[in-house]
Amino acid sequence: MDRMRAPAASTVLILGLLSGGFILFMGAVGMIAAFHEREVVDRFISLGQLLILAAPFITAYFVARQLGERGEGLARTLLAGVIVGLLTALPSAILLLFNSDEFRFLLFLALRLSPFIAATAIAWGRHRAGDDARAVIGLWLLIALLVGIVTFSFALIFEIKGDLRSVLVNINRDWVEVVTFDNRKDLPRGIAAFGAVSIVAGVAGALLQRMPLAPRRALIYGLSLTALIGAFGETARLILQENLERDTIREIFRRDTLRQNAALALFVISTVSGFLWTIYGQRARDSFSGIGHSQRRSLIIVGVIIFVIFMLMLPWLIGRTLSDVAVTIGIFVLMGLGLNIAIGLAGLLDLGYLTNYAVGAYILAVLTSIGPLGLFKGTFTFWMVIPIALLAAMFAGFLFAVPVLRMRGDYLAIATLGFGEIIGKLAISDWLKPLIGGAQGVQAIPKPLFFGTEMKNPEQLYYIVLAASLVMLFVSIRLNNSRTGRQWMAIREDEDVATAMGIDTARAKLLAFTLSAATGGVAGAIFAAKVGTVFPNSFTVFISINVLSLIIVGGIASNPGIVVGAIVLIGMPELLREFSEFRFLLYGALLILMMIKRPQGLIPSKIVTHEHQSGVKPKLAAAD
Amino acid sequence: MAEKAKGGRERILEAKGMTKRFEGLVAVDSLDFYIPDGAIASIIGPNGAGKTTFFNCITGFYEIDEGEILFNGARINGRSPDQIARAGISRTYQNIRLFNNMSAIENIMVGQEPHLKSTWIGAILGLPSTRQEDELTEDRANELLHFVGLEGKGDMLAKNLPYGDQRRLEIGRALASQPKLVLLDEPTAGMNPRETIETTDFIRRLRDEIGITVVLIEHDMRVVMDISEHITVLDYGRKIAEGLPAAIQTNPQVIEAYLGRGAAAATMDH
Repeated sequence: MDRMRAPAASTVLILGLLSGGFILFMGAVGMIAAFHEREVVDRFISLGQLLILAAPFITAYFVARQLGERGEGLARTLLAGVIVGLLTALPSAILLLFNSDEFRFLLFLALRLSPFIAATAIAWGRHRAGDDARAVIGLWLLIALLVGIVTFSFALIFEIKGDLRSVLVNINRDWVEVVTFDNRKDLPRGIAAFGAVSIVAGVAGALLQRMPLAPRRALIYGLSLTALIGAFGETARLILQENLERDTIREIFRRDTLRQNAALALFVISTVSGFLWTIYGQRARDSFSGIGHSQRRSLIIVGVIIFVIFMLMLPWLIGRTLSDVAVTIGIFVLMGLGLNIAIGLAGLLDLGYLTNYAVGAYILAVLTSIGPLGLFKGTFTFWMVIPIALLAAMFAGFLFAVPVLRMRGDYLAIATLGFGEIIGKLAISDWLKPLIGGAQGVQAIPKPLFFGTEMKNPEQLYYIVLAASLVMLFVSIRLNNSRTGRQWMAIREDEDVATAMGIDTARAKLLAFTLSAATGGVAGAIFAAKVGTVFPNSFTVFISINVLSLIIVGGIASNPGIVVGAIVLIGMPELLREFSEFRFLLYGALLILMMIKRPQGLIPSKIVTHEHQSGVKPKLAAAD
Repeated sequence: MAEKAKGGRERILEAKGMTKRFEGLVAVDSLDFYIPDGAIASIIGPNGAGKTTFFNCITGFYEIDEGEILFNGARINGRSPDQIARAGISRTYQNIRLFNNMSAIENIMVGQEPHLKSTWIGAILGLPSTRQEDELTEDRANELLHFVGLEGKGDMLAKNLPYGDQRRLEIGRALASQPKLVLLDEPTAGMNPRETIETTDFIRRLRDEIGITVVLIEHDMRVVMDISEHITVLDYGRKIAEGLPAAIQTNPQVIEAYLGRGAAAATMDH
């Protein structure tokens, strides 16, 4: 029993402290205070508070699962929930104490005592291990001195500056306000509230895990859907206001925030439907896989048609602001599909994708602009220049591919990264300033005309992006299942063997670079037309990194994955403005998490299933 | 059989004074050899004798420093590996090198590369000729899967196949280009006795049924003596013997290379 207890206790401790460290870290980088600005449910809970609750809740859930696997009882699991809640609050609570005037002396005391405590603890350990007395005393002095220098200098800073804010700028009033649940003035009460809420969340998480499957899934579904819609309240309202009466909207939302009644109703509805799906969903899936091949095929076709109609209706459903976001997502989907040819199919790690994007954008800008830098002052229209931009990007891709054809893997990545940087510097250089305007860029790019109407709204531009993405999707599906696609995959798998099979690898790689560049060029041209001005600032290495990240997060070589990746990585930061400050922090965290937990991506690519496979054909039997 | 091989058959592969050096180390040293057309030939020799280097030179992976290699009377040294593959030589590898994340059937479809003509434009437009070729490629791939005994496993990823199947798939991929000469690098490595016998029979079928000339590197002497009609023995990059299995078995230089001088002397005494 003791042996069982030890690992269980350490699991609770480690995960609880991790969750506490997470909350502390979120506070220290300023996320909690920033997210507090956004309310999830009106006058009930903010996104920052939701973050504080989610940490102990989710941690306790996983702790309870581990304890359940070890066969621990309900009482212990609930206890673990309490401990996780306490540990989550602990680090932030300590920091709260240190930061308040009343307890400032605690900080100084801790800082001054810690070198002696640390030195004594370590020296005592060595003494118990049987070290020589002189060596122990020497060790004690050394540690006390080393740790002392650090802590005393910290203490000095605090003494001069007065509080922690000089070191941890985000541990400020706003942060205190959030973690004490609006009890900044009454600190003990605030800390008690913080601890109590955290413990309740921990117990709730542990309890949830112990529920039977159906209600558990239903609750998880209901909670996450409500939290998601609440967090994206502005987006939800924008969608609804296109389709509902103003008064109805006002009943659901207060400005951009979900009202309490509406949130409750949403939670109940989503939980109930989640419950029903858990019970009847399996039956539906069974009957789907039970039906015949041709029937399933027609069902899939119906699904595709519904999807296409939905995509065509989208701008009406979501309104102007969100259409604008959809256009941005679409541009990145387009680039993702293009870069996927190089990375996903041919295995060529191209980090200079922004080259093609920039070439497309500048070509369109210079050829169509009616401003001072426009070469033809409106003679060329958007539609005439799109093919030119495509060809120019292809040419640029070809030029950049030739010198790196012999390079592989990491070397290729570094070389292409360098090319991308060169393009960025060229765009801003004085040398090209007469042509593309240097830092000022090219302005006054007219919007595309469609049978005489100017496509100036994002709702209209959306269709251009949609059309381009669908064409690219079609092309990449066709190529994927072709001789060319197999050549690329063979090169990705083993370039030497691919050569030995008779594949002209240089040609195949050139083609991959060129086709992938073409897509980037079109995306750049659409971007230029959408924004109306082209600046060098738009073309930083982050474009290449964004596109690469969305491919990795979505799932390499998976077309639906690219769309999901673009929505998550490009759409979410656009919709949650509070995020944008922390975009790269979240990117990093997400990428690390993905690489550890789901390296194949959100929607991994499936192996192509061949229709006429399995079994021996009559012809084969005869051949033998 | 053996007589036929001895008789004045065409030489499908021939090397004259072939030399390959790696920074001073002579891996293959002015080698003269030939492979009779339609034969099953073996290359044997102790570890590090230069057997795999020899394969790499023929298939164009290494550029030879001196000499020349003739395939059906035409010079092939200096050509790139894909050109040599298109000329009709294909190979397998000592440590299996399949396209792991592609399905078995796709592996074989890639193997047919030298005979394919469709282009990427045709694929995007879905031209009838491209579709026809794709269907034909798939049919042929299915036939080959059947021939190597992998029918029904076409959709499995190559890396998920069991070891023996991977070896056979690799041979299937090498056959897909319809080569005139196939080089097998230790085809029975890591196999149990039953699998070894199956593979030996399979190699015979290659020659007898499809008429491909087979050259194998092999360590298992029973396999070598069983199926070879022509044996070349290498040691330190030099050819030390060549001929029929019976002659090789009693050749003192071969025994010395394999077992050391003392052993050779002892065998000679008997």
